[in-house]
Amino acid sequence: MWNYSEKLMDHFLNPRNVGEIENPDAVAEVGNITCGDALRLTLKVDEEERIVDAKFKTFGCGSAIASSSALTEMIIGKTLDEAAGITNKEIAAYLNGLPPEKMHCSVMGMEALEAAINHYRGIETPAEDREGEIVCKCFGVTDKKIERVVRENNLKTVEDVTHFCKAGGGCEECKPQIAEILEGVLQEMRSPSGVERRRVPRGKLTNIEKMQRIMETIDREIRPALNADGGDIELIDIDGDRVQVALRGSCAGCAASSITLKMSVEAKLREFVSEQIVVEEVVS
Amino acid sequence: MKTVYMDNNATTRVDPQVLDAMLPFFSERYGNPSSIHLFGGQISEALVRAREQVAALLGADPSEILFTSCGTESDNTAIRGTLRSYPEKHHIVTTRVEHPAVLTLCKELVREGYSVTELPVDRQGELDLDQLRESITPYTAIVSVMYANNETGVIFPVEEIAGVVHEKGAIFHCDAVQAVGKVPIDMQKSRIDLLSLSGHKLHASKGIGALYVRKGTRFRPFLIGGHQEHGRRGGTENVPAIIGLGRACELAAEHMGEENGRIRALRDRLERGLLEAVPHAYVNGHPDHRLPNTTNISFEYIEGEGILLLMSREGIAASSGSACTSGSLEPSHVLRAMGVPYTCAHGSIRFSLSRFNTEEEIDYVLEKLPPIIQRLREFSPYWNKKETFSAT
Repeated sequence: MWNYSEKLMDHFLNPRNVGEIENPDAVAEVGNITCGDALRLTLKVDEEERIVDAKFKTFGCGSAIASSSALTEMIIGKTLDEAAGITNKEIAAYLNGLPPEKMHCSVMGMEALEAAINHYRGIETPAEDREGEIVCKCFGVTDKKIERVVRENNLKTVEDVTHFCKAGGGCEECKPQIAEILEGVLQEMRSPSGVERRRVPRGKLTNIEKMQRIMETIDREIRPALNADGGDIELIDIDGDRVQVALRGSCAGCAASSITLKMSVEAKLREFVSEQIVVEEVVS
Repeated sequence: MKTVYMDNNATTRVDPQVLDAMLPFFSERYGNPSSIHLFGGQISEALVRAREQVAALLGADPSEILFTSCGTESDNTAIRGTLRSYPEKHHIVTTRVEHPAVLTLCKELVREGYSVTELPVDRQGELDLDQLRESITPYTAIVSVMYANNETGVIFPVEEIAGVVHEKGAIFHCDAVQAVGKVPIDMQKSRIDLLSLSGHKLHASKGIGALYVRKGTRFRPFLIGGHQEHGRRGGTENVPAIIGLGRACELAAEHMGEENGRIRALRDRLERGLLEAVPHAYVNGHPDHRLPNTTNISFEYIEGEGILLLMSREGIAASSGSACTSGSLEPSHVLRAMGVPYTCAHGSIRFSLSRFNTEEEIDYVLEKLPPIIQRLREFSPYWNKKETFSAT
């Protein structure tokens, strides 16, 4: 069973503001029955754009109901502008945390709030599948949404992405694509500061330095994404600028693997070790 | 707080008589059955007896019983052992509704280069035997089909399946973890080649399983090591658990009539009562071809985890095929394979009874559960719009 906090259990057992406001000023419905959770949020808003009442109806697990209850408690009394700043992290924190696998419940709360505010302001919330391209077909999650949860929650692994927005939680076929999107966002987030990275150094590296950098780069930049996908990479040999690696686990024998290898591993090693690096796959 | 345990397909309570039989083997009778001295000798005699008890429940010869550590090990031993025994064959046939012990293994085997056919089931969870026949090729080494499904209790026609499998020249393995002890099995009349069972599903302890290997069936060990189990499974025997399994099998034979009498009646009463008290509730799985102790009921428009959490507050333990209870995001693979609509799949609850359940407990669940369903439906955005979403 989940390790739910007392506060979460309280909001599940005694949910606040269940129901539907008659003649609401704002309405939003997010999620759907296929995906296993859905939330209908109705708001009453006064002339000063203050949320005077909020009610919810939720189809979903204990943490989905508790997140919805928490959301309504958090927004009542706030102006729409104030409420708009609420993030899914704050919803989770309000409940003294959610299990990692349940973070998507807090994301659903945040999305419902945004959609309701948009509805009030007459902005049509673009259907998610029209904004960006569907990556996860099982749960209808777009690249835009994945990029967003990665950015806003500082996610590091494909597993995190699944926990926060469900993408990759069904047939799992889209996991390599998620890894790519994740890597893209992470790069973009890191590059301005550049603190975490040591770019290609000036001057010639000794063989030992080069070997260390290659190993570090593989560990830091490449392995996590492969691990997330059930695969792994092994460094076989280094001969001058030729780096031989082998793919393991679910990556081994995968048709896309040599392309993956060429594109991502070589790019990383060229970026962090030497422009001259050539990567070869050893099939063992 | 009153507790009502109705999750016996997950695990069962160790019968007090089983525990009594086991206890001496933790204390004064601690010898290693392989030892030549008297400490070992008395243990190996006890093991002989336990093996006879297990064999008796199955109508098997004791030499056909191999002790393992669990049902999963039995399944792995059966499937991998057969594949190694027939190196020229590289195809496996199984079903979409198997336990992960078989399904995940098959996925791994695909990675290792084998090919696997997963047979579909219909809306009631049943197989099409013609489809089975067509799926078996000269390269099929083994067909692995469960006796009874853990989630729905649906029983497959395993003897007919065995007939089809043999007609096509393959080996038939049957994961009977949920069936042994609940339905009579007679291996003398049966044509099953390999059959897995697990101790903790029939009131023995966890950590013990067995594999029936029909005499003459090609066999290769899974755990390689010492000469234990006549060289078919290395590793010092889990003596207390084996003794417990023997006793549990003996008790299961004694209680077999009760399974199909009293327990079935309790299950039917629970099922009927819930369907009468709760609208938009449906039973998953064939109504008759089913284990006597299991019912899987879908409550539309709500999600199973909430039901379980609220039942748990009343001391009632059951399980759900909903996605959220397992940490996965998709509901049960069994219900999806059956084509149960999502409006139903997320809100499915499995009750699985045992001989320790009473009529009073059934009444208790019938009293407590309907208001829980009602309450969760009041939170659900779909409940008042059910006409749009109804599964019927």
